[in-house]
Amino acid sequence: MELKINGKPFQVEENSHIDQLLKQLELNPHQVIIELNRNILKKETFADTRLSQGDTLEIIQFVGGG
Amino acid sequence: MDNLIIAGRSFRSRLMIGTGKFSSNQAMVSAMEASACEIVTVALRRVDISNPQDSMLQHIDHQKYLLLPNTSGARDAEEAVRLARLARAAGCEPWVKLEVTPDPYYLLPDPIETLKAAEILVKEGFTVLPYMPADPVLAKRLEDVGAATVMPLGAPIGTNRGLRTRDHLAIIIEQARVPVVVDAGLGAPSHAAEAMEMGADAVLVNTALADTPNPAAMSAAFAKGVQAGREAFLAGLGRQRQLAEASSPLTGFLRNES
Repeated sequence: MELKINGKPFQVEENSHIDQLLKQLELNPHQVIIELNRNILKKETFADTRLSQGDTLEIIQFVGGG
Repeated sequence: MDNLIIAGRSFRSRLMIGTGKFSSNQAMVSAMEASACEIVTVALRRVDISNPQDSMLQHIDHQKYLLLPNTSGARDAEEAVRLARLARAAGCEPWVKLEVTPDPYYLLPDPIETLKAAEILVKEGFTVLPYMPADPVLAKRLEDVGAATVMPLGAPIGTNRGLRTRDHLAIIIEQARVPVVVDAGLGAPSHAAEAMEMGADAVLVNTALADTPNPAAMSAAFAKGVQAGREAFLAGLGRQRQLAEASSPLTGFLRNES
């Protein structure tokens, strides 16, 4: 199924959970912040949150800034 | 001790550092250490999922430095509030450097959206440090809605041009009941010293430290500038005069007065 991640289309397997997606993307769950359909997800919920066709995700991290 | 107090929290250093534009994480950390700063700003951006990078956060000692996430990139209050909430969700303390800069050329802060966002974020329990134009009236309005500091600009971000807003900064400093942190445009230790001599409570510097061949040495120089300016302010600067006033006695010259 297709999601939108950071503004771009992205394919994942049906019924994937957030933590599986992060594994697929090789991202450390402790280093990212995730917004799912404009709702901020708590890290504790990554394993339980199932993704659906058409979901919009923002995957964000800290970078240098002034 | 002459500590800086923000929202009830005490800091020995009056130099805050931005972490942008450093050539490497190592350069950033060496600048932080050399400056003896205790507050560092960071930004939030989308992960490049085709080429993910390790978080720069793991290079920063969280016991030693207070992370101050900024809302850079926000063009209005709504975007700024969203970024602040995301930073808090990451487990940061609820401190935020509020930044709303819709204009991409001069990155000047939008006073109306900044005030709007400050009010919302204070109500949500954030300690809000707003980046703002050097407008004394706006400084008061931000204080009124509960901003923990005001952060007026010296010159546009990244320009290294010093205290172009000096006269308005002086009024802000004179009237403020919260700490005044001069942010943006400070390009040399003398600029930082000048702000501190005027009575600013702290300064925030980034580009001048990052965009130099030796960030650690420049950070140490800025720390001295801040310290010198602070000590001069506390000591009390001499009055400026139009005419000369001799420092040596005006009697006993080796000449015959006619």
